[in-house]
Amino acid sequence: MAEVDLKAVRKRYPNGLEAVKGVSIAIPDKALCVLVGPSGCGKSTLLRMVAGLETISEGEISIGDRMVNQVSPTDRDIAMVFQNYALYPHMKVYDNMAYGLRNRGTPRAEIDRRVREAAATLELGHLLDRRPRELSGGQRQRVAMGRAIVRQPKVFLFDEPLSNLDAKLRGQMRVEIKRLQRELGVTSLYVTHDQLEAMTLADLLVVMNAGEVEQAGDPLEIYEKPASLFVAGFIGAPPMNLVDPASAELVGPIPAGAATLGFRPEDAILDGFASEGGLKIRAILDGVEPVGAESYLHAHAPAGGARMIVRTAGRARMEPGTALEIRAPAEKLHWFDAAGRRI
Amino acid sequence: MSGRVVFPNKLLPYLLLAPQLAITAVFFYWPASQALKQSMQREDPFGLRTTFVGFANFRRVLADPNYLNSVQVTAVFSLATAFLALALALPLAVMAEKVVRGKGLYRTLLIWPYAVAPAIAGMLWLFLFNPAMGTFSYLLRANGVAWDPLLKDGQAMGLVVAAAAWKQISYNFLFFVAGLQAIPRSLIEAAAIDGASGPKRFRTIVFPLLAPTTFFLLVVNTVYAFFDTFGVIHAVTQGGPGKATETLVYKVYNDGFVNLQLGSSAAQSVILMGVVILLTAIQFRYVERRVHYG
Amino acid sequence: MIGDSRWGIRLAHAILILGIVVVAFPLYYVFIASTHAGPDIVRPPMPLTPGGHLVENYRAAFFEGAANLGGVPVWRLLFNTAVMALGIAVGKIVISITSAYAIVFFRFPGRMVFFWIIFVTLMLPVEVRILPTYKVMVDLNLIDTYTGLILPLIASATATLLFRQFFLTIPGELVEAARIDGAGPFRFFKDILLPLSRSNIAALFVILFIYGWTQYLWPLLMTNRAEMNTIVIALRKMVSFVDHGTPWHIVMATCVLAILPPVLVVVLMQRAFVRGLVETEK
Repeated sequence: MAEVDLKAVRKRYPNGLEAVKGVSIAIPDKALCVLVGPSGCGKSTLLRMVAGLETISEGEISIGDRMVNQVSPTDRDIAMVFQNYALYPHMKVYDNMAYGLRNRGTPRAEIDRRVREAAATLELGHLLDRRPRELSGGQRQRVAMGRAIVRQPKVFLFDEPLSNLDAKLRGQMRVEIKRLQRELGVTSLYVTHDQLEAMTLADLLVVMNAGEVEQAGDPLEIYEKPASLFVAGFIGAPPMNLVDPASAELVGPIPAGAATLGFRPEDAILDGFASEGGLKIRAILDGVEPVGAESYLHAHAPAGGARMIVRTAGRARMEPGTALEIRAPAEKLHWFDAAGRRI
Repeated sequence: MSGRVVFPNKLLPYLLLAPQLAITAVFFYWPASQALKQSMQREDPFGLRTTFVGFANFRRVLADPNYLNSVQVTAVFSLATAFLALALALPLAVMAEKVVRGKGLYRTLLIWPYAVAPAIAGMLWLFLFNPAMGTFSYLLRANGVAWDPLLKDGQAMGLVVAAAAWKQISYNFLFFVAGLQAIPRSLIEAAAIDGASGPKRFRTIVFPLLAPTTFFLLVVNTVYAFFDTFGVIHAVTQGGPGKATETLVYKVYNDGFVNLQLGSSAAQSVILMGVVILLTAIQFRYVERRVHYG
Repeated sequence: MIGDSRWGIRLAHAILILGIVVVAFPLYYVFIASTHAGPDIVRPPMPLTPGGHLVENYRAAFFEGAANLGGVPVWRLLFNTAVMALGIAVGKIVISITSAYAIVFFRFPGRMVFFWIIFVTLMLPVEVRILPTYKVMVDLNLIDTYTGLILPLIASATATLLFRQFFLTIPGELVEAARIDGAGPFRFFKDILLPLSRSNIAALFVILFIYGWTQYLWPLLMTNRAEMNTIVIALRKMVSFVDHGTPWHIVMATCVLAILPPVLVVVLMQRAFVRGLVETEK
């Protein structure tokens, strides 16, 4: 059982590129920490530094109470699930799972017990004699999970493990990973670019951008109080509407230094409900996206040209070109200063 | 983002490289540098003294009518061998692509000559065509042909070209088949719908799309004829009659080991190195190794 | 196929059969010759059907050899050639795979320099540096030895490049997974890389075996003693059209025995052979 502690970690490449610019994260024991961000934000580099696959230019990484900066991946007591699974193509499923244990001199009987146990947990029992190329994508993903589980490591590392699966399977595996991680109680670090995956899995969510942590905390807290324009735009689908305060009619006080005003599509109200305070903005409807239980209205403001999305329940029957009056209550507004920080 | 993951060992890679580097140094770089050195030296007739003569050996070699003859012989021999080997392999490959039944068997029966040593290939043809006992020479003479490849220049050249090309058919056949298989069926079907007849489809669609393969094979066959046919020449004609089949490689050997003209042989070696470098450069620069379509 | 009439297909078969006959005829002729008695072979036209001396000729060649070659039996020549061919094939594969492993999976000062040093040897075939190389062999006392026949021919840029090319296609994650699984450079090589390279090794083996078996210039220079000759060289030495003592029935049997082993390798390992041929030319 182990906490994972990153202190002011930096990664600088020989060519001068700085991929990680001083990141500090403390992952509590048994927690599932998700690193999320656009590609190139440094999240994978950070994960690979925890794994020991990349050297650490500055700062410290500890697993449990041990500082592991100079420890080889083999001795860090970690297991990793790769995006392309990295299964050994010439080995059977059984041997893929057993390989790491064999290399560590685990007794044969113990290896067998652990592999069969993991295979049972992941419903892989009937596939142990197959080779990776004879398996479906979902099955390969489970073998990769199995290989990590049998090791009984202190830490699981996941590098976009679901991004090669189709949407339906991804949803199933998300639930499965969460369940397994709870049951096994292994501290985990999980990297993804998919904010939905991040939101649903994380105990601790870390949003990264350009090599730095934008915000870290409880996922719902981040959703409700994004610390910056970047987080506001990245977390939540469809993303938060961002408008210039000057282009809207506002009732109530405007915070000092406010440069951008945001409200989420589901907090927007179409005309008809007068609210005490808050925002009112005129917009032209561009189109309607019905997705079944709800519809998204895409619109733009004639003044300033900002694009907005409004979520409405049920089916909206409106023609493009309709004039809208979009409102949002004062307590649902997010204010950001000129530097993009939350006010 | 991040390069390949590698092992952090410091000493191990050098140990892994050591055997190859040692052999390369002793048997490649050292002799090659010696060849360079010798090419600029002249030895007295008793091998007692060597003097530095700069490019004199090269000048002499390039002015030597025998050497120029050898250049011409090599050019004729290489081109004839390459064209003959290609011209025989292409129809066989096209036909092999047409048939369904027996395809594997045909292939097996056509590729085995690749495994025959060039010198033996030469001897096989010599058994058939030598004037003393060859059955074909007997038949030729019985029909009034004055056949004697050991005395007549053209016939000697014809014989070594035939033997060299014979061995290379299998190689070209395999690459032509691969090239033909890489041409999408849909293109040929489209041409058929456009009303092109069989021969016309071959001329206007198949052959142009096969051009990269053909060019690649042309280069490879030329290299083969240049360097790998020493055995054919040595076994069949020994460069004769006269110097009618003395190729450049054969002449390097002959001047170095038989006539013991070290400086001249070394200079010829260096010139050949230049030719290899040129041919390798052509191969890397212009030859599309893999045939890409679409 | 579109537009291929029944006659078109028949024509294709006919052309192929004609091609095979032309290609195979020299070998057939030698085989027929090897079943006749010496005097019948030299009296043209030689009969084109098998004679009755097959067992006798081959037994003489295999165990007694040709008198004009000091009576070295063919089994000895075949043994020499097999040692040379296998030595070259195995030696090349071993030193090429280890150096490619070093170049792809390690980072160390001089890596690219070494790569180029190996690469440039592509441009230095034996034929262009024979004399000085021969001198090195004399200085090292390697004439008439198996080491002398094998060692200088096992350095190969082609094989190293082939393995390097293949290693570069192995996903980095596989190496990472192996390292996390506790495999160091030796384990990774033995447990992952070698098994994955199996078909490449087989392909290369066939090509290199043939390369070694068909060598000519090098063994011609390297061997003086008749019992160290390879079979190709010995055969060349046996053949003389001016010498009336040439034992033609033994020559023909030896010729067939010289051709057979590499042809069998090509035919029996055809898939590896075709693959090897295509791969080594990349």
